[in-house]
Amino acid sequence: MSILVTENTKLAVAGITGREGRFHTLNNKTYGTNVVGGVNPKKAGEDVEGIPVFGDWETTVKESGANTAMIFVPPPFAAASALEAAAAGVELVIIITEGIPAHDELKLYNTVKRDYPGTTVVGPNCPGILSPGKANVGIIPASFFKPGNVGVVSRSGTLTYQIGNELAQAGFGNSSIVGIGGDPVPGSSFIDIIERFEKDDETELIVLSGEIGGSAEEEAAEYIGEHVTKPVVGYIAGFTAPEGKQMGHAGAIVSGSAGTAKAKAEALEAKGVRVGRTPTEVAEIAIDILKK
Amino acid sequence: MDLLEYQGKQLFAKHGLDVSDGSAVTTVDDAVAAANKIGYPVVVKAQVLMGGRGKAGGVKLASNEEEAREHATNILGLDIKGHITRTLWIEHASDIETEYYASVLLDRSAKKPLVMFSTEGGIEIETVAVETPEKLIRQNVDPLVGLTKEQALDIATKGKADEDVIEGVADALVALYKVWIEEDASLAEINPLIVTPDRKVKALDAKVTLDGNAAFRHPDHAELGDKANLDPIEVKAAEQDVVYVKLDGNIGILGNGAGLVMSTLDVVAQAGGEPANFLDAGGGSDAAKVKQAVEIILSNDAVEAVLFNIFGGITRCDEVANGLVAAFADLKPTVPFVVRLDGTNDVQGREILEKAQLPNVQTAKTMNEAAEKVVAAAKGNS
Repeated sequence: MSILVTENTKLAVAGITGREGRFHTLNNKTYGTNVVGGVNPKKAGEDVEGIPVFGDWETTVKESGANTAMIFVPPPFAAASALEAAAAGVELVIIITEGIPAHDELKLYNTVKRDYPGTTVVGPNCPGILSPGKANVGIIPASFFKPGNVGVVSRSGTLTYQIGNELAQAGFGNSSIVGIGGDPVPGSSFIDIIERFEKDDETELIVLSGEIGGSAEEEAAEYIGEHVTKPVVGYIAGFTAPEGKQMGHAGAIVSGSAGTAKAKAEALEAKGVRVGRTPTEVAEIAIDILKK
Repeated sequence: MDLLEYQGKQLFAKHGLDVSDGSAVTTVDDAVAAANKIGYPVVVKAQVLMGGRGKAGGVKLASNEEEAREHATNILGLDIKGHITRTLWIEHASDIETEYYASVLLDRSAKKPLVMFSTEGGIEIETVAVETPEKLIRQNVDPLVGLTKEQALDIATKGKADEDVIEGVADALVALYKVWIEEDASLAEINPLIVTPDRKVKALDAKVTLDGNAAFRHPDHAELGDKANLDPIEVKAAEQDVVYVKLDGNIGILGNGAGLVMSTLDVVAQAGGEPANFLDAGGGSDAAKVKQAVEIILSNDAVEAVLFNIFGGITRCDEVANGLVAAFADLKPTVPFVVRLDGTNDVQGREILEKAQLPNVQTAKTMNEAAEKVVAAAKGNS
């Protein structure tokens, strides 16, 4: 099955004509993702290597039947483009753009929830979603991953590649890899994604890769304790992070005693989640569970 | 970005909050001139981004010119927990009858703004939250509606503000929310929010944090913050678009991706080492950027060994290796390096390093192995 991104994905990309947007869209297409269009108000009617470009999201959906949007446009315009895609009826909006103002994310999240409840937003500031062997939407280097039964959800991109690669070398593949992003107001939380993995037939084990800041990991721990029957392996980055310093991601900051890696790891362990102390150990624990 | 008190108060005043008249000055003579103009008594306040200014002697009352001069002389240059006072805020001293607390912040769990109010002002709000949580009113606001006067009145009433100032407190909350929204703040806090003997509600302090991602729509914010007390290496890194955070140890760290770098710091600490910095060279780092990053890491004199931890995705390991070779040619570093390259083009990357025969460079295949090697190298070097 995989989650969110599958062989039924029909992808359209806002920002397809930009350097990065073009590069990654074509990469996704080469992987086998069905890319049906792009959006750029100034370049409607043109095409990118045969992918038609439309002037707005409404036209894109009407003309191409897109059901998934990838947002690559610069920060000042990214939230507006995502909202436009949701308004046009796109079911899944994946925002790759980094550096969107937190208030824009806040308004986007609450507007989508109120007006377009049928739309799922993933990101911003995320690497996208890969379902190995089926489709790739975003910037995850797909060559490291193969189909399998481990679902991964993560706030960080490269850390996900690190963990996924170790699993792959031990012979295990992934159902889907979902980057939810490192910003303060992500469109989808750990809980939203874990809920989907729990329901997904192909996923037998879930890896949750978190980091300092906020309380999303603690909330996920509560949810796992109540609702998840599949084994979950956790990882938290940032044990050595000092208070009050933002560690790269806008959301990765320890304020007072809140948001520390220790508190997050303990919350997960209290609900029966085994937490690896290094990415390598996460893979080892996952392998240990899967081999039983 | 954290603002100094007076910068926060200027934003408060812009959006209709009542603050005392005052002046920001950087010399003793200007401080005295400002005090004379404002009228005594005045308060002389150190402008640093650090709590506990009062205890450190950074906040003093002056009732005449002589005292104003004395306090300004003592406080300018005062070191408050590592922050040097370079600016003073001189304001007319307020008569205080009651001290409240008010703030607006982003509630990441609820994904909504959160307004907090308490009649227990003037002390750490964390203390109130732990010891007398019933005295701290917390209400989420619908960001698509904003904080209405009605909701603000409800918060003031439930928070048990004195009856005759409920209206005034509600107005202050609405104005504070306006500051938060219109200035793209992540935090706007007043502690204390005071009630004067003539029953006016006024902000006596200001703590404002602005969202750097929104800087593009606030050109006026570029001047704010405590520029003089920033770490010079962090400033240089920001100019070059490299994310760098200085830490206290002796092992320089470079990686790609915030999560992987945080994880690298942890793995180095577990191996018994102490990271000297966080440095995220970002996705798609090219050779030039890698060279700049090495320069930034080495500009911290405490660094005794450097760890490169690259998992190539968009970033290509051969590019990173070329950058490192270029950095060695230019900077001729004397400290040992451990380089772990994995992922896209890792084999080519390691070949480049091997051919270049850089002095003092070891390679490693895994993160754990790299961490152990760099910790040993740092010990050998110290």
